[in-house]
Amino acid sequence: MSKKEWPLWEIFIRGQHGLNHRHVGSLHAPDAEMAVNNARDVYTRRKEGVSIWVVKSTDITASAPSAKGPLFDPAESKVYRHPTFFDIPDDVGHM
Amino acid sequence: MYAQMVKSEGMKSSEEMSPEERAFQDRIDRGEKVEPKEWMPEGYRKTLIRQIGQHAHSEIVGQLPEGNWITRAPTLERKAILLAKVQDEAGHGLYLYSAAETLGVSRDELLEKLHSGAMKYSSIFNYPTLTWADMGAVGWLVDGAAIMNQVPLQRTSYGPYSRAMIRICKEESFHQRQGYAIMMKMARGTPEQKEMAQDALNRFWFPALMMFGPSDKDSVHSAQSMAWKIKMNTNDELRQKFVDETVPQAEYLGLTVPDETLKWNDKRGHYDFAEPDWQEFFEVIKGNGPCNQERLDARRRAWDEGAWFRDGLTAYAGKAAARRAGASVAAE
Ligand SMILES: [Fe+2]
Ligand SMILES: [Fe+2]
Ligand SMILES: [Fe+2]
Repeated sequence: MSKKEWPLWEIFIRGQHGLNHRHVGSLHAPDAEMAVNNARDVYTRRKEGVSIWVVKSTDITASAPSAKGPLFDPAESKVYRHPTFFDIPDDVGHM
Repeated sequence: MYAQMVKSEGMKSSEEMSPEERAFQDRIDRGEKVEPKEWMPEGYRKTLIRQIGQHAHSEIVGQLPEGNWITRAPTLERKAILLAKVQDEAGHGLYLYSAAETLGVSRDELLEKLHSGAMKYSSIFNYPTLTWADMGAVGWLVDGAAIMNQVPLQRTSYGPYSRAMIRICKEESFHQRQGYAIMMKMARGTPEQKEMAQDALNRFWFPALMMFGPSDKDSVHSAQSMAWKIKMNTNDELRQKFVDETVPQAEYLGLTVPDETLKWNDKRGHYDFAEPDWQEFFEVIKGNGPCNQERLDARRRAWDEGAWFRDGLTAYAGKAAARRAGASVAAE
């Protein structure tokens, strides 16, 4: 890899007021300010957003794909965390 | 297509696969998406880098034939529209380069390979755009052909590629429609304008058919790519679909598709049509098309002449970071 290559930034965009920022992709830029400017041109040419976050890709820590089982499988058996687990008679009314 | 004749790795039978490879193929068969850090066969990774890279290069080089007319657009509105269209193509290139980079190749490496000719871009962009009507024909036919290929690729197995395709497809329909709108205007204009529209169709019809690449129904490379869901249809399927959709659009314009053998085949439920000149196609791929040299020169020049700018921004970013570090030390 070339030493001169600009760092990679992950781009997050809030699509509308009230929504979370969502990851939309990445781009190269020399610094955070330019990353925001470039993200404006690359990811919001059609008013796709009202706010932009940029994070250096190397600053993101991700869970390992191999950790998928240990991390997420335990939730599988806890169906009672969902409201539909409980049968409430219709007579009770809306709940 | 935008990625033509991408060499895939050889196809393995289920018995020849390692347990890992079999589990990988099962995931793909179930319709699961593969994400960057997950295990994947080396061949899958390499083929994808070639394919996504070639696709990205096509978007970038594809700006040149249309860029040729931005300063000469007939009205300010047409100019703004063409500029927006070409800017979209730059965006498409960037989405795709980032997708390729998730596979472990660097941006600079991809660009170096484009500039050295080690990686290709679509043959279509080696044809000249001689008149304003070509802006119509390119949007209508070239983006139209690209859409044929890109719509199914939204379902491709590699997550970042699929997401890039979804973004791109949202924008492509504007490209095709603005092209067709130019064709409508010209085809209904003066006899000279109609003639220009016909001339543009005459020159772009067969090169557009070539975009899908030669028949690959017997190719092992394509079979592997299809098993991996990085290619969703055969080249012939897509070409037929393109012809079936485009011929009525040409008729609506009152223009004639430059193929005397073109005929609706009731039995097949498709148009019969003439194959493009594959000899010409291979020559263009080899670098001997009408504009290969010009296109590559333009890309290399843009890269070389932009070096001072890239370096300048890097230097500024370094200095600004040092200044911030200094300021925070002083404040303590
Ligand atoms: Fe595009
Ligand atoms: Fe395109
Ligand atoms: Fe396009």
